[in-house]
Amino acid sequence: MTDATAIAAPADTRKAGRYVYGAAVALLCAWVLVPIYFLLINTLSSPEAVNAFPKAFIPEFDMGSLSFFANFAGILTALKNSVLVAALTMVMSITIGAPAGYALSRFDFRGKELFRLLILLTRAFPLPLLALPLAVMFIRAGIDDTIFGLALVHTTLAIPFAVLITFSLFSGIPLELEEAAWTLGCTRLTAFTKVVLPLILPGITASAIFAFVISWNEVFAAAVLTIENRTLTAFLLQNLDTSPLHLKFAGGFILVVPALIFIFAVRKYLFAMWGIANR
Amino acid sequence: MSARFLPYFLILPVTLFLCLFFLYPFVLVAQQAFSSGSGFTLDNFRDVTSHWKFPISFKNTLLLAAAVVPVQVALALLMATMVNKMKKGRDLVLYIWTIPLGISDLAAGIIWLAIFEQSGFLNSMMSAMGAIDRPFNLLSYQTPGIVFLAIALAEIWRATAIMLVILVAGIGLIPKEYYEAAEVFGASPWKRFLKVTLPLLRPSLQTALVLRVILAFEIFAVVSALGGTLFPVLMGEVYNYQFELLNGGAAAAIALIILVISIGSTLVILRALRVPKGASI
Repeated sequence: MTDATAIAAPADTRKAGRYVYGAAVALLCAWVLVPIYFLLINTLSSPEAVNAFPKAFIPEFDMGSLSFFANFAGILTALKNSVLVAALTMVMSITIGAPAGYALSRFDFRGKELFRLLILLTRAFPLPLLALPLAVMFIRAGIDDTIFGLALVHTTLAIPFAVLITFSLFSGIPLELEEAAWTLGCTRLTAFTKVVLPLILPGITASAIFAFVISWNEVFAAAVLTIENRTLTAFLLQNLDTSPLHLKFAGGFILVVPALIFIFAVRKYLFAMWGIANR
Repeated sequence: MSARFLPYFLILPVTLFLCLFFLYPFVLVAQQAFSSGSGFTLDNFRDVTSHWKFPISFKNTLLLAAAVVPVQVALALLMATMVNKMKKGRDLVLYIWTIPLGISDLAAGIIWLAIFEQSGFLNSMMSAMGAIDRPFNLLSYQTPGIVFLAIALAEIWRATAIMLVILVAGIGLIPKEYYEAAEVFGASPWKRFLKVTLPLLRPSLQTALVLRVILAFEIFAVVSALGGTLFPVLMGEVYNYQFELLNGGAAAAIALIILVISIGSTLVILRALRVPKGASI
């Protein structure tokens, strides 16, 4: 908005309008960023400063809260569990979801609409509630309170996205490329691994990251399904009543950091992901 | 493998997975909710609905959705139209505005706790301006209005991004010619928004609303972080029944109630915003 002043505005109203527009954009950016900044201040302050009043509006860059967080019993295990569950979810949702995305984009087959309906249906239901019956099922199967069991539920959350995203990725690659590879002696499989896969790898990575974030952020199912092997979200939730403020804020900050990085990494694909959601 | 069976082979894993972990659990929830040891019964529903906390948490959940969702629709529409006209810095602004998309509801609750807690930033700001001389406990049972406001703000802050993304993607699909035509006929920007953007955005609005409303009924962690037991909501009651009271049947009954509200509102939204047959871009 700096060049708004440089250009001689044809009319005062238009100039004023542009200032209002610029101010509104800045205000909305601040609306998103300022609360995160407050959390950052609290995280980078000593426990005493976090509980003191009034608060400073500049962080004092004290690692007290963070080291308290790192030394709090069980929290590093919880952090490790969170990462493991999310990584497992990422792998499972892509390996299971991507073939279906390919099938949807390349083939016309009977029951295609029904299959799409099944995928879209998952989005019209509050999925975390499924954790309740699954808890019983998992005890019978002997995978209760395990990382694998929780990852299965998180994969259910992530799979519709994995299918829809890979569907749009494969649709973006002309079939002619594959056909050309076939005529040059590739089989369906080698044509896929040599031609299609390299082209969509960045997109696949983005959707994998998205699956990671879905699992990383999930609270309810994690809290219901884990007891000993808590994830970070479940751990923080369980200790909300008893843990001191600086532990909550440091934990919250650790939860937010991957989100910032991941959204940055997948920002190009964010809109492709949701654009197709309408069709 | 012949090309005829290949697609079925490819969709088989997802189909099996969703049947096992999506459709089957729903049958189980219903079974659990309608049974108590011996056969079909409505006891679980009678138990949970007659508990004093049920009407409150039901009312709170719906009130919160009613307060939050309209603000989010308006805000997301505003942001989407603003970003649509932007030439410079569009990517940066979009990145900043979509950051909350990656933030969990628990983290969002904790972020707003930093603002609203007794030694938090809101009290600090008010005391710096001389409005108060000692910090107030803003999140107590004496201030239900502020608790509600804090939860609503945290929800609006966190979950507007998902609507924004869907709407930005939707606006991108509207052909520029429509706007040019409207401009030729002398439509003001506001008229263009009302008569071109809004009607053509209906499919995206539909998706965004369905997703958002369902998530609004699922609200749980934000409330736990900010209100604790001060502000009971349905999802929190499910958690309490399951864990504190160890009553799986009752938990399943409330879960089913949430499910029914979700499906009901989805149908209402789909009907209200339906796209007329044959009218598409």
